[in-house]
Amino acid sequence: MSSIKNSFLEALVACDAMAAREIADEVLAGENAFRELESLIVSSCDEIGNGWMDGRYALSQVYMSGKIVEHIADLISARSESPAKRNPTTAMAVLNDSHLLGIRIVMSVLKSRGYSVLDYGKMEADEIAEKAAADGVKILLVSTLMLNSALKVKDLRAALSARGLDVKICVGGAPFRFDPALWREVGADAFCESASNAPDAIDNLAASMTGGKL
Amino acid sequence: MMTSMSRVLTTLSGKEPDRVPLFLLLTMHGAKELGLSIKEYFSKAEYVVEGQLRLLKKYEGDCIYAFFYAPLEIEAFGGEVIYSDDGPPNSGEPFMRDTAKIASFEPPRIADCQKLQKVLEAIKALKNEVRDEVPIIGVVMAPFSLPVMQMGFDKYFDIMHESPELMARLMAANEQFCADWANAQLEAGATAICYFDPVSSTTITTESKYLETGYQAARRTLSKIKGPTATHMASGNCLGRIGKLAETGTAIVGVSARENIGEIKKECGGRLSVLGNLNGIEMRKWTREQAEGAVKKCIAGAASGGGFILSDNHGEIPFQTPDETVFAISAAAKKWGTYPLDWIENNG
Repeated sequence: MSSIKNSFLEALVACDAMAAREIADEVLAGENAFRELESLIVSSCDEIGNGWMDGRYALSQVYMSGKIVEHIADLISARSESPAKRNPTTAMAVLNDSHLLGIRIVMSVLKSRGYSVLDYGKMEADEIAEKAAADGVKILLVSTLMLNSALKVKDLRAALSARGLDVKICVGGAPFRFDPALWREVGADAFCESASNAPDAIDNLAASMTGGKL
Repeated sequence: MMTSMSRVLTTLSGKEPDRVPLFLLLTMHGAKELGLSIKEYFSKAEYVVEGQLRLLKKYEGDCIYAFFYAPLEIEAFGGEVIYSDDGPPNSGEPFMRDTAKIASFEPPRIADCQKLQKVLEAIKALKNEVRDEVPIIGVVMAPFSLPVMQMGFDKYFDIMHESPELMARLMAANEQFCADWANAQLEAGATAICYFDPVSSTTITTESKYLETGYQAARRTLSKIKGPTATHMASGNCLGRIGKLAETGTAIVGVSARENIGEIKKECGGRLSVLGNLNGIEMRKWTREQAEGAVKKCIAGAASGGGFILSDNHGEIPFQTPDETVFAISAAAKKWGTYPLDWIENNG
């Protein structure tokens, strides 16, 4: 299997959707097809995510590979025997910014791994809190590009608390990469340096809730 | 004592001046000086002129920074800018989400853009004040990086990888605009142009894609700019790409706080000067001692032999950075940056 993993990873980092799809089809024709394909997707996304964090891969590769695996995952769910994950009600938002790349990449990774996430797009802190209350959100993934937006996560925490909401906040984005202490300072519960960390972050936050119930 | 201009020119020629030049790339701090909101401050050239002159006198840096805000060029294209009370003006909804528009896309004429004319007015007035004693730095967004604001990162990556004809058309339009805008600023009195190109960093784009795209765009554009340029990675990484950046014709590279400035200087090998790399996100919390430590580390890493200008790593010091920290950086730059830098050898 390891040569298939290597080939799949190579196709993804080369942004070669056709080659990746051929390998996925080969895996789907074999035994334990969906489990093997999920394992392939998970290990490749993790490798690309780690590679971006340590400088081996570029953001363009993270984005394009995310698109490719999301498309493959869509094909799986269309013929699916593989059950979707059951995660606590989770939403993702970009705080005070129109740059949606981060949210797109994370959504691709989560979708390809079977997680269900509400896409709030661009919102301000109060709007997010309002919508989270209405939707019964338990986990919020918040992406920011600018320092002043990152600092507004404090306002989001305050807005959630004012509504009596016990919501876990996981943050991501450039300001948090340049100041490792910032996520704690703004009252977040976790920080994802890379999109590939998002599934584990959701699982860890879910486990930290009482009973991890939905 | 040297003037700021002599100091900077000396270091760029690969020699050691009297002390390490310090580029305090302050923009919104001018609004604080004048007691204006950020939006009001950027509404008139005269406010920015007054702000920059006050900042120069207050902190004793070595440049005037004629940068208003990143989406200024987007405004020229008819796009949206969103102002806030505590941060840089940001681009709004990208105006080119429908990438079919690229086929008929024509860049605006500089003379027709009131927002750009305001910057030129500011540069002319600043030039009258500082003449040839202090370098005035104009700013452009590289044609290869501007599309992030024009259409969003995701659409841009899509056309970069999947639509070579659209990509070529977009670059042609952006390159023409960029060169025209840079030259207008140089004609108004700017000494050099800071060419912001984070998409050309190793953080954002692979080597192979960069060589097909951003590298070519930079070579074509910089060859048309009638003055010296610094290519700023705006916090993006560049180790491993310095050789190619040098081939574009730029003179300086602005580098990330996440890379080792000594390694960058070594890779530059005299082909490029180094600008950086104080951590702009962390500096808002620095004590005086931490600011001094950060300055010393940069100087120890890159200042020997000249070819180095101390600055922040993003190309703009955040609004949240207190005056005390900027003073501490300036003081430390003088204390530890006076050549010869014997203390570096003495400290091993």
